[in-house]
Amino acid sequence: MSLDTDAMAVEADAPPRRVPAGLSRRARRGWKVQLVRLALVVAWLGSWELAASRWIDPFYYSKPTAIGHRLVDWFTKGTSFGSIWTNIGYTLAEAVYGFVIGAIAGIVLGVALGRSRFLADVCAPFIKAANAIPRIVLASLFVIWFGLGMSSKIATAVVLVFFAVFFNAFQGAREVDKVVNDNARILGANRWQLMTTIVLPSATSWILASLHTAFGFALIGAIVGEFTGADKGLGLLINNAQGTFDSAGIYAGMIIVTVIALLAEWLLGLLEKRLLAWRPRQATSGAAT
Amino acid sequence: MTQRTQPPAGVASAPPQTGPVIRLSGATKTFETSAGGEFTALRNVTLDVNPGEFVTVVGPTGCGKSTTLALVSGLEPASAGGVEVAGQPVRGIPAGVGYMFQSDAALPWRTVLDNVALGLRYRGVGRAEARARARDWIARVGLAGFEKYYPHQLSGGMRKRVAMAQMLITEPSIILMDEPFGALDVQTRELMQDELLRLWAGSGAAVVFVTHDLTEAIALADRVVVMTAAPATVKADVRVDLPRPRRVEEIRLEPAFLDIYRDVWDALREEVEISRMRGANRVA
Repeated sequence: MSLDTDAMAVEADAPPRRVPAGLSRRARRGWKVQLVRLALVVAWLGSWELAASRWIDPFYYSKPTAIGHRLVDWFTKGTSFGSIWTNIGYTLAEAVYGFVIGAIAGIVLGVALGRSRFLADVCAPFIKAANAIPRIVLASLFVIWFGLGMSSKIATAVVLVFFAVFFNAFQGAREVDKVVNDNARILGANRWQLMTTIVLPSATSWILASLHTAFGFALIGAIVGEFTGADKGLGLLINNAQGTFDSAGIYAGMIIVTVIALLAEWLLGLLEKRLLAWRPRQATSGAAT
Repeated sequence: MTQRTQPPAGVASAPPQTGPVIRLSGATKTFETSAGGEFTALRNVTLDVNPGEFVTVVGPTGCGKSTTLALVSGLEPASAGGVEVAGQPVRGIPAGVGYMFQSDAALPWRTVLDNVALGLRYRGVGRAEARARARDWIARVGLAGFEKYYPHQLSGGMRKRVAMAQMLITEPSIILMDEPFGALDVQTRELMQDELLRLWAGSGAAVVFVTHDLTEAIALADRVVVMTAAPATVKADVRVDLPRPRRVEEIRLEPAFLDIYRDVWDALREEVEISRMRGANRVA
């Protein structure tokens, strides 16, 4: 890998300065960033707590300690709808099933339409119309069709994920480099080999980019579905908290969902790194996540 | 014909019949332009290439030289006229054809090793054997030690070596090259020309090499075909009777080379002027 050390050099925006012994310039900068972040969080939570105990009504706005208590409560004593882990498990399962089914359908259809101009021309108006539907509303329909169980939430998640992935897969399959494609044909690739060795790898960076947003959509789909009607899940907890004017419960639910989303994002990041190892390393932007 | 003797037996697949391996007879290619009109890139091109022959094609920039290769390789069908490879009319991509493109054509997501092995994998050779033979070819093009690198980690000249190995591993009997060294600096280009001659020698493959560099065209070829300004057709066919093996840097200083250069340039000059005038009109 000695050939691309220049990618590292790009990151040092200033001309290299003499670094005193101990930490390197980059490491010290990293610490500074972390410290300022921590300070921001402390200031935000502190002022909220202070405001809630003096000026604003914690009944409406809650406060960090109350939310913390609620979280501890949920995890130690359970919720009014059973153990918190069961509820998390339900929502997560719905999101994951929806994500997987939606992503596979999006990739298959996107790539198929991206490779066939005829199919693309035939389907274009239908896809546009389907994409224009406010898809969240479908959640209500799905509850009627599939009942209060998991399948109605999975269906909502699938619909949301599908379009996010479909358009990227479609574009990715279209943007295959013509020379690389011709070269593979000359080297003897048949249609299937062209698909697996040229089209799919070439569309992978497009598809992966969409998967990041798609998992977010899957979670939204699952939770909105639970809002609409469910007997388990984080959406139900949040909806119930809303019904009982329990603002701490709403916040607690939000935090759990956020943590799940961040974990999923991290996992997808790992997958992306693994699948796109071949790409030239780009100078990472300042805010490393 | 060339002075070279029969290629060694068993190397590449020389077609059984003795006729030309490539035969273009009155080949014409028109493209639809985006404006809805028609553009004739090739008009009535008639050209034979014999087994083991090295033919270079020169012509003014943008005259349609590359289209000739597209027809022979089957990537584009001819609009009219005949295109035959190994005695068979071209439908789809004929067997035994190798193609080296002007720009990078390696798979950016595969290592050098897997890129070179690609042609064998497509032909159903097992992974282990394909890789072993790929290693051998990587060494022959002088890239040993770079098997695990991705194309973007290599220099322009090294990427050309990958492209050569990728093409040659399929042991083509017809090699088509579309200005393969056009993007390289002069020193690297001369080095690659020598490498090409070294790898080609004894392969028995016929080569059609498109270029706009006259020195390159003459230094490499048995025959230089001069094409007219678009629509391109064959203007002159100049034999290059220089002895092989050749060293590109040295051969271009010989009097015989300069004589041939003059002949080719006489044929080409007029076409280049026509092409330039059109360009100037377009700008004006």
